[in-house]
This record gives sequence, structure tokens and C-alpha cells, in this order.
Amino acid sequence: MWGFVKGYIARFLVKRIALGLATLLVVSLLIFLITQALPSDPAESILGREATPESLAALRTQFGLDKPIYEQYFSWLGGVLTGDLGESFATMMPVSELIGPRIGASFFLLLLASLGSIPISIVIGSYAALKRDKRFDTTSSMVSLILAALPEFVVGTVLTVLFATTVVQWLPAVTYLAPGEPPWSDMAGLALPVLTLVISVTPYVARVMRAAMVEVLESDYIEMARLKGMDERTVLWRHAIPNGIGPSLQVIALNLAYLAGGVIIVERLFNYPGLGTALADAVRSRDMPIVQFLTLLIATVYVVTNLLADIGTVLVTPRLRTRLK
Amino acid sequence: MSAVVTEQATVERPPSLIVQALKLRRTQVGITIATLIGLIALLGPFVAPFGSTEFIDSPNMSKVPGTVFGTDYFGQDVFSRFLFGGRSILLLALAATSIGIVLGTSLGLIAAYNRGRLDEVIMRTLDVILSFPQVLLSLLVISMFGPSNVLIILTVGLSTTPRIARIIRGAAVPVVERDFIAAAEALGESRRRVIFAEVLPNVTSSLLVEVNLRLTYSIGGIASLAFLGFTPNPNSANWGLMIQENRVALTEQPWGVLLPTVALALLTIGTGLIGDGMSRVSAGIDRGGKGE
Repeated sequence: MWGFVKGYIARFLVKRIALGLATLLVVSLLIFLITQALPSDPAESILGREATPESLAALRTQFGLDKPIYEQYFSWLGGVLTGDLGESFATMMPVSELIGPRIGASFFLLLLASLGSIPISIVIGSYAALKRDKRFDTTSSMVSLILAALPEFVVGTVLTVLFATTVVQWLPAVTYLAPGEPPWSDMAGLALPVLTLVISVTPYVARVMRAAMVEVLESDYIEMARLKGMDERTVLWRHAIPNGIGPSLQVIALNLAYLAGGVIIVERLFNYPGLGTALADAVRSRDMPIVQFLTLLIATVYVVTNLLADIGTVLVTPRLRTRLK
Repeated sequence: MSAVVTEQATVERPPSLIVQALKLRRTQVGITIATLIGLIALLGPFVAPFGSTEFIDSPNMSKVPGTVFGTDYFGQDVFSRFLFGGRSILLLALAATSIGIVLGTSLGLIAAYNRGRLDEVIMRTLDVILSFPQVLLSLLVISMFGPSNVLIILTVGLSTTPRIARIIRGAAVPVVERDFIAAAEALGESRRRVIFAEVLPNVTSSLLVEVNLRLTYSIGGIASLAFLGFTPNPNSANWGLMIQENRVALTEQPWGVLLPTVALALLTIGTGLIGDGMSRVSAGIDRGGKGE
């Protein structure tokens, strides 16, 4: 079945995946070291000043804080890999129980935002590249420049003022989800968070898409195809589009990676009960097991998306694929 | 902002990029907006009618005699809080961007000049930092040590470092291969001199473009941290924090949210426009350079 995978491609895959895994391992180590390089004792901050030495010691044993640091790291990493995430410092509940439903909620938000932004950014970017320096290109580049500069919470606040509170009252300003309810039970409440993410991410990736398509359209092989007398449609479909798939994959990855960070702010803005709000709350209450897991999770999403995009780009772009040989 | 960049460039080389960029309408508009908001942020505290945490009247009133924009969620003067609220964001963002520039440029140049193993090690290490999107690295460190100014500057600066390093490395690799670098090496110039006196002046246009982009994102990132409630002083006047605090009363008293929102929007759009003007000119220079 894998016979078609040529040696040089397999070598590239192994190398790139190994590099991705190594990056993640270092990321996990870094997260652990930052959060465990304790100037303060978490046991003390949980129990307060009144704590007796005995109760402190008992709590340290409970969270494994009395073990050597490398042992703590491996037991944490092993736990993460097997789904045992430990207990929250603040509530003493298992982290997986607290975070589980929120992963679904954030994923749903990400899904809607990507479904909105990926096609729009690819279409706008490619069309602007085709109509380079024409009115569509200059207008869309100006609008995207302005929108790309704005922080997400500024975009979201402007949308709230426009559509929820001050100008018209069409949409709710906050999401309302009772515990245990699936995220799609409040679609109206999702409108503004999704719109905010789409508006924040689209201009940024549409610009990347435009630049990539301009490069493709300007390249020697497109010119060559034109010089051979090939008609413009064939040039586009046989040469430009296949070489544009790579950039599109990069764009999708950029989209997802950007959204993974963007949800932290946007969820907070609309009180959406996802990972972002959980992270902001955990940072405030210094709930380290939750902070550790969520930072690792978001970083992993980021690294894996980039990894898949890199691999995908090389595999679908004829020019890059042959360069591996 | 513009003053800083101009000064830097005149020291190193004739400011052709800046002079050219200044002729573009978008750069002019950008500089005007950014300077205006920058002045409000820096000088606002001196002209504020009330103190930043002074109690004026009942909370969330849009019309209070003697005030321009009424009171906020805590009965403080909205206009005074607004005048106080930009300074720390702007100063922290400038400091963070400077750290990013110094570290990113140095690492990018060293990687490009040495290539090989050192290049790999530097760039792969920076990839690790790049795995933390946006404010995540800052949040991680804040969760442990609390939101101090130094940590905010360091973490935001550190997260811009790999992005600047990538751009500078990319711009410096072709420069390193040119003859005058080999000539400088043959003359026995020290490595440091070759890197910073020979290679660096040839990547300043890429650097200037990137600086504006990173400043725009640093302002956004630092304001976002404040919006999440992570400022060194929880009562301090800060545009990001103001938006969070006054959000609940948006319907009765919109000014507490509107003023900082508009100011942050204009500031980031302004720096964004300056960066875009420069990148257009710089792209033109590069394109012209190919024909040489």
C-alpha cells in the first residue's frame, strides 16, 4: 500500500515529524520548568498561612510535589499522554472533568470560525492576486490592513457596540450556556464570537494568500506556459492552481493556529465557556495543573497544524516535491 | 514612535526608505494618527482633570456636571481614566518591541552568517517559542509570577524575537554570500564587525518594516493582557482594563468602553499604516534591486 511513497519522500516525512515531536517535547519541558520553578510553594498558597507543617506535607504528597523534579516531569508527561491530568489546585476536582466539556465548546467555536474564514480568505486572496493593482486589490488590501492591525477584543467590542448594545440590539452581547448544555444550543450567542474571530483572522491570512498567489502567477513556469501559447484557462488550471494549493494549506494552518490563540481573548470577551476562559481563570487563581495542561494543549494544536501544513505543502506542490530528491 | 525609527536609521545609513515612505499618503496618515494617540497617551496624565483613581460621583453616569464623559463603573472620571490609560500600554509595547528587535536581529544575523549547525540550533530553539501563539507565553509566566511590568515586557519581547529573527535571517542570507562580505573577512575584520557593520546595514529596510508590524502586535498583545485583567496594579487606569471594567454598563454609559476602544483602534491602525507604507517602498527597492 505504501509502495508509492518514494524513498526521498519517506525520509522527508520522518525527519519533519521527528522535528515536530522534538519541538513538542521541548515545549512541554519549558512549560513544566516555568510552572514548577517555584518561588512560592503551591501547597502553601492553597492552604494559606495558617497551614501546619503536617498538612503542608500531606498536600505535597497528594500532588507529588515532594518528589524530585525530573520524576515530577515524567509523571506529569505520562499523565498527559494517558489522559490522567491530575487535580485542580483550586477545586480539587480532576482536571479532565473540568476541561473536558470546554474542549468541545472551544472546538465548536473554532470549527465555525474556520468554516467562515478559510474559504473567504482563500477567495479574497486569490482574486486580489489575479486582479493585482486593480480596484478590488487596492480596496481589499486597505480594508484588510486596517482590520489586521486591530486586536481581537477591540474588533469584538466594536461589534458588540454595533450589533448588541448601542446601535442595534440584534444579537446577544454574551453567550449563555448552562453547564452540560451543548454549545450549539445557543447559536445566537455564538454569532458575535464567531464573527469577531472571522474578522480578525481573515485579513491576515488573505494577505498571505495574495502574496503566495502573486508569486505563483509571476513565476517563470507560468510565463513559460503562456509563451508556449497555452490558453489562459489551461495555464490557470494546470499550472497556477496546483501550485496555489500549497499556499492554501499554509493559509488554513495559519488560520487554525491563529484561532487557537485568538479564542483565549474572544471567549473571555463574550463569556463563552471554553478553554480560553478556563485558561484566563486558571492563570488568575494560579491553578497550575490547568494552566500547564491548557498551554501544552494550545501549543500542541499550533505545532501539529503547522507540521501538517508543511508536509501537505511539500507533497502537493510539484516544484517543492522534486526539490527533495 | 517615528522619532525613534528616524534616529536609528540616520545613524546607520541615509534614510532613503523613510524619506520614500513619507511620500506615501498611507504613511502620512499613519504617522498623524499614531502621533496623535501617542501624544494623548504620553501627555494625557498631565492634563487630566481628575486623578486616575479619584472618586467623583455615583457609578456609570453618562452625564455628570463638571465632567466631559461622566463616571465609570466605580464612580471615577471616565475622561481622566482615559487620559491616564494609554501611557503604560505604549511604553511597555515600545520596550517589548525593542527587546524583540535587539534579540531577534542579533540571532537572525548570527544564524545567517554562520549557517550550518549554529543556524539550525538558533532557529529550532526559536521555533519552540514560536509554538506559543500570541499572549500564551505571557499568560504562562504571569500565572506563576504575577503580572509585573518587567515580565510583561520580557515575555512579549521574547515572543516577538523569533518572528523578527526569521525575517532578518531571510534577508541576511543573500547578503552574506556577496563579495564585499568575503572582502571584509579577507581584510581580517572581526566576526562581530562583519555581522553588525557590514551585514546589518544591508537588512535595515526589512528590519524597519518588521519593527512597525511587531510594534502593532505588541500594543495589541499588551492591551489584550490588560483586557484579561493582567496589569501590575489592578486599579490602574489602562485602556485594555477599562474596556473590561466598563463592559457591563455598556448600555447606560458607553463612553468608558468607547474612548479606549477608539484610541486602541486608531493607535494600532496608525502603526499598521506606517508599516505598510514602509513595506511597499521596501518591496519596490527589492524589486528594483533584482535588475542590477
